[in-house]
Amino acid sequence: MSDHHHKETFVTKYIFSQDHKMISKQFLVTGMFMGIIGVLMSMLFRMQIAWPEQSFSIFEAFLGPHQTDGIMNPDIYLALVTIHGTIMVFFVLTAGLSGTFSNLLIPLQIGARDMASGFLNMISYWLFFVSSVVMVISLFVEAGPASAGWTIYPPLSALPQAIPGSGAGMTLWLVSMAIFIASSLIGSLNYIVTVLNLRTKGMKMTRLPLTMWAFFVTAIIGVVSFPVLLSAALLLIFDRSFGTSFYLSDIFISGEVLHYQGGSPVLFEHLFWFLGHPEVYIVLLPALGITSEIISTHSRKPIFGYRAMIGSILAIAFLSTIVWGHHMFISGMNPFLGSVFTFTTLLIAIPSAVKAFNYITTLWKGNLQLNPAMLFSIGLVSTFVTGGLTGLVLGDSALDINIHDTYFVVAHFHLVMGVSAIFGMYAGVYHWFPKMYGRMMNKTLGYWHFWITIVCAYGVFWPMHFIGLAGLPRRYYTNTNFPMFDDLLQINVVITIFALVGGIAQIIFIANFFISIYRGQKATQNPWNSNTLEWTTPVEHIHGNWPGMIPEVHRWPYDYSKRVDPNDDNSDYLHGKDFVLQTTPLLENEEVS
Amino acid sequence: MLALFYIFIGIAIGVSFWQITRILNLRGVIATDEDNAKQGKYSLVFMAFLYAMMVYCLIFMNVLMLPESASIEGEHDDNLFNITFWLIGIVQFVMQFIIFYFTFKYKGNKNRKAKFYADSHKLEVIWTVTPAIVLAFLIGYGLWQWNDVMDLSDDKDAIVIEVYSQQFRWDARYAGDDNTLGLGNVNYIDINKLNTMGVDMSDPNSQDDKQVTELYLPKGRKIHFKFRSQDVLHSAYMPHFRAQMNCVPGMVTEFGFTPKFTTEEMRLNLEVIEKTNGINKIRMAKGEDPYEFDYLLLCNKICGASHYNMQMKITVVEQDEYDKWIAKRPTLASVIK
Ligand code: HEM
Ligand SMILES: [Cu+2]
Ligand SMILES: [Cu+2]
Repeated sequence: MSDHHHKETFVTKYIFSQDHKMISKQFLVTGMFMGIIGVLMSMLFRMQIAWPEQSFSIFEAFLGPHQTDGIMNPDIYLALVTIHGTIMVFFVLTAGLSGTFSNLLIPLQIGARDMASGFLNMISYWLFFVSSVVMVISLFVEAGPASAGWTIYPPLSALPQAIPGSGAGMTLWLVSMAIFIASSLIGSLNYIVTVLNLRTKGMKMTRLPLTMWAFFVTAIIGVVSFPVLLSAALLLIFDRSFGTSFYLSDIFISGEVLHYQGGSPVLFEHLFWFLGHPEVYIVLLPALGITSEIISTHSRKPIFGYRAMIGSILAIAFLSTIVWGHHMFISGMNPFLGSVFTFTTLLIAIPSAVKAFNYITTLWKGNLQLNPAMLFSIGLVSTFVTGGLTGLVLGDSALDINIHDTYFVVAHFHLVMGVSAIFGMYAGVYHWFPKMYGRMMNKTLGYWHFWITIVCAYGVFWPMHFIGLAGLPRRYYTNTNFPMFDDLLQINVVITIFALVGGIAQIIFIANFFISIYRGQKATQNPWNSNTLEWTTPVEHIHGNWPGMIPEVHRWPYDYSKRVDPNDDNSDYLHGKDFVLQTTPLLENEEVS
Repeated sequence: MLALFYIFIGIAIGVSFWQITRILNLRGVIATDEDNAKQGKYSLVFMAFLYAMMVYCLIFMNVLMLPESASIEGEHDDNLFNITFWLIGIVQFVMQFIIFYFTFKYKGNKNRKAKFYADSHKLEVIWTVTPAIVLAFLIGYGLWQWNDVMDLSDDKDAIVIEVYSQQFRWDARYAGDDNTLGLGNVNYIDINKLNTMGVDMSDPNSQDDKQVTELYLPKGRKIHFKFRSQDVLHSAYMPHFRAQMNCVPGMVTEFGFTPKFTTEEMRLNLEVIEKTNGINKIRMAKGEDPYEFDYLLLCNKICGASHYNMQMKITVVEQDEYDKWIAKRPTLASVIK
C-alpha cells in the first residue's frame, strides 16, 4: 500500500489521485456543483407554479428553446422536475454525501492507511464524474432532457411519441445512470471490504463510531439494491431500442398500434422501487450516522443507546428492502400485497422512532456547543421527525389512496429525506472541514446559513402538506385549469418565495466554503475535542494518514464527560478532560459502556 | 405579491453580500459561551416561528381542504385520517418543543458539566414498545379499511363503468342493460368508425355498451370502475370520493365506491360553500367567471405535456334522474357501424 513514498505529479495528486482524502474532496465538489444545478432548477419550476405562464427574462436566459417569449413550456417543466429529482437523489445525496464522507472517514475512523483498493476508489470517482457529465450534456439535447419523472415509469419513458424528452434525452439519462450505478457499486464494495478487513488493532465492530456503522450498512444496501435498478434500466433500454416488450403491451399512440405484447409497466415499478425505497435510506442513513457523531461530540455526552442505534440501523436496513410496495398501493397490484407492504412499512417507524428518541436523550442534560455543525444536526432531528410522522399517513394503504402523488407526498419526502439528508451533509461539511482542508469555516456565516435555511425549509414544505391535502396533484405544470385549486395559488406564491430565498441563501455556504479553503483560520489537530481516530492524524494530509504506526484502539468512541466515578455527576472528569480519545487505554477496573 | 418577491430576493442577496464581506474581518470559528447563549435563544425564537406557522396552517388552511367524503366507503378513510392526524399532530408538537427547548436549556458554557448517560434499558424498551402498540392499532384499522375498500367481489348489483384514458383525455363506457362490458383492446381502435376505445364489436356484450365523455353516477349505488389506458400510465383520481387507481396499458385495474351525496347536495354542504366562496372572491378580483362546485376526475400520474389538464366532470344524481340520463345515451351498436 501507500507506505512507500511515491513521486507525485500534479496529475496523480489532484486529478487521478488514489488517496481517499483527495477523492473525498473530489466527490464533494462535484456533488456541490450538481447541487447548484438541482437547486436552480427547483427555483425555476417553483416560479412557474407561483406565477403560472408568466414571462420571466430568467427563463429566456436559462431555458433556451424551451420557452416562448419568456414563458416556460409544459414539456420543460416536467424535464426540470425530473432532472431536479434525479440530481438531488443520486448525484448530490448518494454520491455527494456517501462518496464524500465514506471516503474521507472510513479509513480515518477505523484506523486504516487508505481504502482497500485506492485504484478502484479512483475509478469510482471518475465513473461518477463521467455520469455527471453525461447527465449535464443531456440537458442540452434538442428535444429536451428526460421528462418522465425521476421514477421514469414506462411507457412514458419508453416512447418518444409520448413525450419529447423520451428520445435522446432519456437515452442519455439511462446511460448516465448506468455509469452512476457502476460507480456506486465499486465504491460500496470498497467501503464494505475496508470496514471489514482494515480496522486497526482493538477496533472491534462494537467500538466503531456510528458513522462507520451507518456508512457500512448503507454500502450493503447499495450493493443489494442498485443492481436491480441496473437491470430495470437495461430492460428499459431493450424495450426502447431493440423492440422487446418487458414493460410494454397493447399500446396505441400517434394513430397506430405498436407491436409490443405481453409486458407490464407494473414490473418496472417493482424493479424500480426495489431500489427506489432502499435508496431513500442510502440517502438518509449516512446523514443519520454523521448526526449521531456530531450530536454526541458537541453535546459533550455519549450518544444515548449506542447498541440500540446500531440495532435500529440494521433493522431499518433490513426492513427497507421489503417495503417498496408502499409506492405502488394503487398501481393495480394485488390488494393483498398492499396489506403486506402496509404492515412492513409501519414497522419501519419503530426503529426510526427509536433513533429520534435517542438523539433527543443525547441532548438532555448535555453541554451543547452550538456550532453550525451541531445546529444542522439538531435541524436534521427536527425535520426527520416532521417528515417521518407524515409517513404514518402515507404508509397506511387506505389513506394513501387519496393522497398518493399529491403535494402531500412531495412535502413528506422532502422533509424526511431531502432536507434531513442535506442538513446531515452540511453538518458533516462544517464538522470535518478542518480534516479535509486543514482550515476552519467561519461560524458567523454558518449561523446565518443555518437559520435562513431551516426557516425556508419549513416555509416551503410545511404548507405544502396542506395543498396536498386539498387534492393538488404533483407534476402539474400549472393549476389554473382547475378553479377548485384557485385558492391554493397564494400559498404557492409564499412557498416559492421561501424556496427562492432559501436557494439564494446557499450562496452564503458556497462563499464560506471556498473562501475558507484559502483564507480560513488554520485548524488545530482536534478542534472539536473529539474522541475519534481521525483527529489523531496530522492536520497536513499525508499518504497513509499516520506518520508512524497506526494507533491502537482501547475503547468505544463516546467517552465524553466521563467521570472518575460514573455514578457521581459531581466527581472529576476521567483524565481531567471532558473527552477521552479512543486511543487512551482503559484504566484498571474502569467501567465500559 | 410579485413586488414582495423582488424585495425578498433583494434582501436575501444583500444580506449574503454584506455577510460575505464581513468574513474578511470575522475569524471566529468555534462556538464560545456567548455564541451558545445566542444560538440557544435563537432556537427558542425559531420554535416560536415554527409553532406559529404550524398553528396558522392548521387553522386557516382548514377551509381549503377537501370536504367530507362524498362516498360511503370514504367515511372510514376520513375517520382513520383524523385519528392519525391528531396522533401525529400531538407527537409533532411535543417533539419539536423538546428538540428546540433542549437546545436552549442545555446550551453549553464553561461551568456546565454534561451528564454521562450512555444507556437505559428501561427507556429503550419504552420507546420501542409504545410506538409498536400505537402502530398496531393504526395498522389494524388501516388494513380493515383497505380490505373493505379494495374488495369488489360481493357487489353483484354494482353498476359497471369503464374509465378509459389516453393522452390527454378521459372517456367512459357504461356496461348497458346486461351490466357486462364488451371486450376491449387497442387493436380494435378505428377512429374512422368512431371506435375510439377499441371495443370488440363482435362481442355480444359490447352492443348495448354506452360511451360518454362525462360521468353520471346515481347516489347510493355501488359503482364498480374498471380502468384502461391506451398509451401511457395515467391515474384516475377522484379526490372527493377518496378514490384513486392507476390506469395501466395492457391491463384492467379496478376500484369501487358508493356515492353518498348528489352534486346538488354537495353544493349545499357548509364546507363546500365556504371553500367556493373563498375561491369566488379570488376569481372575482381577477374578473373571472364564478366557480360552481363539481366532482372531478383528475389525472394523477405524470403522462406527458398536458398531464396538468386531463379532467372529466362527475355528476352524482338521484337514481331516477340517472335512469333518464342513461336511457338517452346511444348504444355502441348504433354509433359504431
Ligand atoms: C431547494 C430546495 C428544494 C425545493 C424548493 C424543491 C422543490 C420541489 C418541488 C416543488 C417538487 C415537485 C414538483 C412537482 O411535482 O411538480 C420537487 C420534486 C422533487 N424533489 Fe425537490 N426541492 C428541493 C430540494 C430537494 C432535495 C434536497 C431533494 C433530495 C431528495 C429533492 C428531491 C426531489 C425529488 C426526488 C422530486 C420528485 C421529482 C419527480 O417528481 O420526478 N428536492 N422538488
Ligand atoms: Cu418508500
Ligand atoms: Cu394522464
